Amino acid sequence: MRRILMIAVLMALSTPVAAAPLTIVTTTPDLAAIAREIGGSRVDVTSLATGPQDPHFVDPRPSFLVKLNRADLLIEGGLDLEVGWLPVLLESARNPRLRVGEPGRLDASRGIQVLGVPEGPVDRSLGDIHGKGNPHFLVDPMNGAIVAETIADRLCSLDPGGCVTYRAQAKAFRGRLEAALVKWMKVMAPYQGVKIVVYHDSWPYFTGRFGLHVVGFVEPKPGVPPPPSHVAELSDLIKREQVKVIVMEPYHERSMPDLLARQTGARVLVLAPTVGGAPGTDDYLKLFDMDVARLAEALGTGSGVTK
Amino acid sequence: MKRGLWRGFVIGWFGVVMLWYAPARAEETPVERLERELGETKAAVRALEARQPTSQVKGQTSNPNLSFDGLFAAGASTVPDLETLETGAHDPNQRGFTVQNLELTIGGNVDPYFTAISHIVLQIDREGESTLEIEEAYLTSTALPANLQLRAGQFFTQFGRLNPTHPHTWAFVDQPLVNGRMFGGDGLRGPGVQLSYLIPLPIYAEAMVALQNSQGETASSFRNVPGEELYGRTLVERTVKGVDDLLVVPRLTASFNPGDTQTVLVGASGAFGPNGSGPSARTRIFGVDLYYKWRPLGTVKGWPFVAWQTEVMQRRYVNAAVEDDPNTLTVDETLPEELLRDRGGYSQVAWGFTPRWVAGLRGDYVAGRGGDLTDPSRERRVRVSPNLTFYPSEFSKWRLQYNRDHVQGREDIVHSVFLQWEFLIGTHGAHAF
Repeated sequence: MRRILMIAVLMALSTPVAAAPLTIVTTTPDLAAIAREIGGSRVDVTSLATGPQDPHFVDPRPSFLVKLNRADLLIEGGLDLEVGWLPVLLESARNPRLRVGEPGRLDASRGIQVLGVPEGPVDRSLGDIHGKGNPHFLVDPMNGAIVAETIADRLCSLDPGGCVTYRAQAKAFRGRLEAALVKWMKVMAPYQGVKIVVYHDSWPYFTGRFGLHVVGFVEPKPGVPPPPSHVAELSDLIKREQVKVIVMEPYHERSMPDLLARQTGARVLVLAPTVGGAPGTDDYLKLFDMDVARLAEALGTGSGVTK
Repeated sequence: MKRGLWRGFVIGWFGVVMLWYAPARAEETPVERLERELGETKAAVRALEARQPTSQVKGQTSNPNLSFDGLFAAGASTVPDLETLETGAHDPNQRGFTVQNLELTIGGNVDPYFTAISHIVLQIDREGESTLEIEEAYLTSTALPANLQLRAGQFFTQFGRLNPTHPHTWAFVDQPLVNGRMFGGDGLRGPGVQLSYLIPLPIYAEAMVALQNSQGETASSFRNVPGEELYGRTLVERTVKGVDDLLVVPRLTASFNPGDTQTVLVGASGAFGPNGSGPSARTRIFGVDLYYKWRPLGTVKGWPFVAWQTEVMQRRYVNAAVEDDPNTLTVDETLPEELLRDRGGYSQVAWGFTPRWVAGLRGDYVAGRGGDLTDPSRERRVRVSPNLTFYPSEFSKWRLQYNRDHVQGREDIVHSVFLQWEFLIGTHGAHAF
């Protein structure tokens, strides 16, 4: 191990400074933000999906093909998050570096403790079920730290000359993330166990981290729009459980949550699910600064529910 | 050394697992919990640093992707002969019900060098007989150098935008008139090879050329089926003496993005080959296509959007002269060589105005010059088709369409109404942009 480190250091010293940056393509802006933290000026990072986009529904634009064709490294969220649009692009990208199993292909879900892996058989009558588990793991900042390490590992093997830098940046990033997490946890401390309703099941990692309790979903089944009967049931549930906040992403329909809010007095809160998903969420830490502050504000005000 | 690694790994995973059980512990204060978790997280991250690259996703043997698509229609029309009006072999072809297309798709990686896909289509014809066609079955290279890609097997010719696609992906119940006129009922396809090259430019640009057989009913503007009557000639048997006797199809396509929400894709195609009207007659088809899509970033499952697609084609078909055969005693009809020039196009817009709903409007135009223009397969037609589609999910749809068809050879304007429905089961790969 130490010898490898020595070699890495020697290589770092001997590599000319003006090496071309490593071209990284990520599927989502979260992965891009973390890759930038780790790679710094040694990498050139582009995300295919942009902030406000639902990562499940991205057009496989031909321009993405050009980006993938030139990439040294593709970082994907995995767990079938991009199954609707990435395979068709890769088939035409003509970039053997990005094949599964090659160093140029990184599944960021590696090393993550995946939630929501279905038990028993599932089929499409149950809605859009992720057979491999819930892919929205980056809404837990601690998973961000794990992904940062995973990316640093991979960058080290692709660009050994920059390994010392990557390790240092990953460590610094983790330090900032941990310090910020203490701050966020303090903000959320008064709301431990508070019940909320979410639109789509994309927040279990977040609610698990910050101690919130999800008691219902606006969607009756994942990806299935709510019928009026479900809204009535949910309305009763919200009143019964004294739910104050309905959390949703910017890419779901507002009409049903708004109707529920009018019926129950609960508040609809649109949180940014990814970096760039709302103004002021340009990097991974700012994403949580924003979401945590807005959530705490929503939970702390509104109708007279005691906590 | 190795044992140390393992110990770190195990401790790290224990830490990670503990993290997930943490919220359930009610007796801790939030700050205590946080402190404990941070310690555990640090341990987990340290373990990650030390670990060998492993994936927690269990190894899975990926079988071929298998899917089955069913496409059906019900039709009503002011004329009884819908089968002559609708030019596609998978279009609704009679008053009442039509089984348009039952498509079995099997695809997957072959090895590190190729992927393969096959589309096997079953149909029930107007008489109720079941038929089977091998629509496509080809391999695609994944490991050629220099931005090259090879496709080889039986495949739809990449001419324009609609021809290479399958009916269940279309935005309308039936195929555009111009596709029927140029490529027949089943589209231009056949066995062959295609080489494509991704041009190294800042924008997407791709050049490709295909070489395919020029005979059969899926090459209707070319050698077609010997013995059949077409444009006043009995099609002759022609043998392949060189590359000239095959179908050659070059295509150039490029795309650019006027911003994050708009995509433009343009293309130009040609199809050159021998035709069956005589021993040396040839056909040339040219086409240009334009696709524009607008889709805002904050969509709900991809809605709203606007997709506008237009194709224009022109065909030059040399209809060979027919001369009296001196070896026979009878006096045959003699016919001069003629140049049949046909052109046409369609323009269609699909507007996904609210989640799960799409409104469409298509205009069709075909016309010819030279030769017999009263031939129903060459007469002038103008068709307008509005439609409305409801998608309960990505895997099913219901579509209502009206066609207002002005056919030169018919006195009255033809009105037709169709209801189409589709289901898709299994794992079906995403479609290209």
